[in-house]
Amino acid sequence: MTARERVAGNVAGFVDDRTGAAKYLKKSLSKVFPDHWSFLLGEICLYSFIILLASGTFLTFWFDPSMREVVYDGAYVPLQGVEMSAAYASALDISFEVRGGLLMRQIHHWAALIFMVGIVVHLLRVYFTGAFRKPREFNWVIGVGLLTLGIVEGFLGYSLPDDLLSGTGIRIAEAIIQALPVVGSYLSYFAFGGAFPGIAFIPRIYTVHVLLLPGIFLALITVHLMLVWYQKHTQFPGPGRTEKNVVGYPLMPVYMAKAGGFFFIVFGVTAFLGAVASINPIWLYGPYTPGQISAGSQPDWYMGWLDGLVRMAPPLESYIFGYTISWNILIPGLILPGIMFTLLALYPFIESWATGDKREHHLLDRPRNAPNRTALGAMALTFTLVSLINGGNDIIATTFDLTINQMMWFARIGVIVLPPIAFVVTKRICLSLQRADRELVLHGRETGRLVRLPHGEFVEVHEPISAEKAWTLTSHEQLAPLELPEFDQAGVRRPAAIRNKIRNRISRAHAVAVPKATETERKELEGHH
Amino acid sequence: MSNQLEPIKDPGLPAHVHRRADLDEKYAKRAETQVAILFLLSALGTVLLIVSYVFIPQDIFVFIPVMGEQNVHQLLLGLGMAIALFFIGAGLIHWAKNLMPDEEVIAQRHEFRSNDEDRAEFVKTVKAGASTAGLGRRPLIKRTMGLALGLSGITPILLLRDLGPLPGDELTKTSWKTGTYLVTDPGDRRIKASDLEVGAVAQVLPELAEGKDHHSLNDIAKDALLLIRLRPEEFNLDAERLSWTHEGIIAFSKICSHMGCAVALYEQTTKHLLCPCHQSTFDVTRAAKVIFGPAARPLPQLAITVDEEGYLIAQAPFNEPVGPSFWERSS
Repeated sequence: MTARERVAGNVAGFVDDRTGAAKYLKKSLSKVFPDHWSFLLGEICLYSFIILLASGTFLTFWFDPSMREVVYDGAYVPLQGVEMSAAYASALDISFEVRGGLLMRQIHHWAALIFMVGIVVHLLRVYFTGAFRKPREFNWVIGVGLLTLGIVEGFLGYSLPDDLLSGTGIRIAEAIIQALPVVGSYLSYFAFGGAFPGIAFIPRIYTVHVLLLPGIFLALITVHLMLVWYQKHTQFPGPGRTEKNVVGYPLMPVYMAKAGGFFFIVFGVTAFLGAVASINPIWLYGPYTPGQISAGSQPDWYMGWLDGLVRMAPPLESYIFGYTISWNILIPGLILPGIMFTLLALYPFIESWATGDKREHHLLDRPRNAPNRTALGAMALTFTLVSLINGGNDIIATTFDLTINQMMWFARIGVIVLPPIAFVVTKRICLSLQRADRELVLHGRETGRLVRLPHGEFVEVHEPISAEKAWTLTSHEQLAPLELPEFDQAGVRRPAAIRNKIRNRISRAHAVAVPKATETERKELEGHH
Repeated sequence: MSNQLEPIKDPGLPAHVHRRADLDEKYAKRAETQVAILFLLSALGTVLLIVSYVFIPQDIFVFIPVMGEQNVHQLLLGLGMAIALFFIGAGLIHWAKNLMPDEEVIAQRHEFRSNDEDRAEFVKTVKAGASTAGLGRRPLIKRTMGLALGLSGITPILLLRDLGPLPGDELTKTSWKTGTYLVTDPGDRRIKASDLEVGAVAQVLPELAEGKDHHSLNDIAKDALLLIRLRPEEFNLDAERLSWTHEGIIAFSKICSHMGCAVALYEQTTKHLLCPCHQSTFDVTRAAKVIFGPAARPLPQLAITVDEEGYLIAQAPFNEPVGPSFWERSS
């Protein structure tokens, strides 16, 4: 035993005597993780979160979250002598006087954007591959929670500098609070400590942004990861992979090196963006005042779809018994997003209810093999994308020489018409892809080589695909639709008849598929040749 | 149907293919050198960072195509940091991919569900626990505990009450009173009708009350006013609203009736006001009637006139609350 081994042994022994960690760690270090590029998406979120904590902590050392009025006398000449809040002035100081301050601000903002992109793309991956199915529903719900909190946290974050753009965002948030029936104006006065904008709001959201929400994030992310660890990662179907095993590389050393390396790569790329790509140049906007605004006011992208919904809302308000209900704010600002996030969170339960599938799933679906789910996803995405496009309708209109009215009407009609079209088209595409898979397994790969047969016919030579590929293309299950009874034996409608009818119908839609190729068919075809 | 057909079989995990570095020490050595070079690049990045931090002043700018004017200090600091971090990652991953074992291994999953005995035991334990505590047998305790817990939930709500004052009628009031002078913003100078040419638009505020030295943001949030001057014959107003204008000058609240943004875009040719936040469009000639977008109400119009010296003043306060809607608004 070398001296170094002895020291390491002593340290490890000291810790294990007091914690018994060796027993647990020996198993954990050889834990197997499957490999696929799309499994890195969640990692990107985790790493951006760490970057956000680090860069955010740096920023707090100089940022002064106060709305007290000061006269700016810092390094940025165009704003010298201008009255502004201490928050805005200190954000300028970070940008112009603290060495590395602007870099850190830009890294923080870029990391937030990457965090949100990461969450959304990770969510799409999990959705379209069916990774949310039993036993992973808890983690899906936690993920939806993180997405929701991420949107709030991001909004509060870019509101802190108290510049003209972010102040306009806060003004809109205030209008949404104020639009709540019965309690709206009270809640707004409580949130702002009086009339808008007051002097209390920035310090309050600062506490929420740097303490409350990060704490909740930390807790939720921990549970999220512990569940991934405990339930083991899902894997894509392939040779040797089953519902009962997990095929991949051990944590020590391969995954430690790869995941650790990936953290530095994400941080490096974020730092690169922070160095070269200017983001949120608050000194160009000026300090907030409610009487001014800049044209092309845009929220960050993850709020854009909400803003787009608000923009396209019809001008509806009800006046009942001397009270006002602003549907033009409530529907796009609260009711629709509320319904959307609720459906999103409940989706795993809805799908399992409709298909009657209560089994555990550890093998992922290829999206084409779940046409209904994929089509629903495409439909939801289309809805959100049309809203997002409308959130930038002014920018798009000026860029492409359109009128705002054309953009708005495109969005108003598109948001209703396009999602169902996306559903139908996606489902068709999925079924076509299934058909292509079937062809591929039965007839092999087209080689592009034409051969002329003795009797003059030209045929293209097909090459059989490998056994591994054939298995990967056919290993999925094709469930038969539910057939829940609507009538009992006597022919009387059962109490659950309507519910059963709905479930049967959804399950039938879900079970539509091109029958997958089988060995029997392959052999038959071989016999013909 | 398909279950009678024989499915295609799982050929099992494919045989492992060795990398060149596994078989040939020469390639392994080369990979080792590559990893070392990547780590050294990272070290250079940190050196660049330190040098930029210490030696490059903060006020040098350089023009870079596409990126525009860039601060050299911030740019090099960032690039140094990016290089330092990125190449640590690149080195680690290159090492893992070329020199660490790449043989896939199989681990078995375990069932999550506890077996029936454990479940039954669990139920028994919970029931036993609950019965020794006597929850079922002592309803008095249960009910009073429920009462105590429920009531204690009021505490945080009550303590948060002082977050802010009650709105009262503040939302319905502005600083505009009968006779308040309209003043320029910025500048706080009184305005005569002749100061405004036909087609012009100006932001104005109410004259500061005695003892105040500047407009607070809270006041601006309700008082900001837009003055627009048209030819009087261009108006399409009823007699009352027409009497609220003065020589073609009409005044609207600048705070959008939708969500409170500043309605700042005025199109001279069409005489439309557009809010840049959600594109609500108001027709100035028809008392800011909403002609497009999500706003449900016109911008409130302020009745204006002039005093004996010809300075613009408010005829009367706003006859409705300005800004976004709220529950207690009556129309």
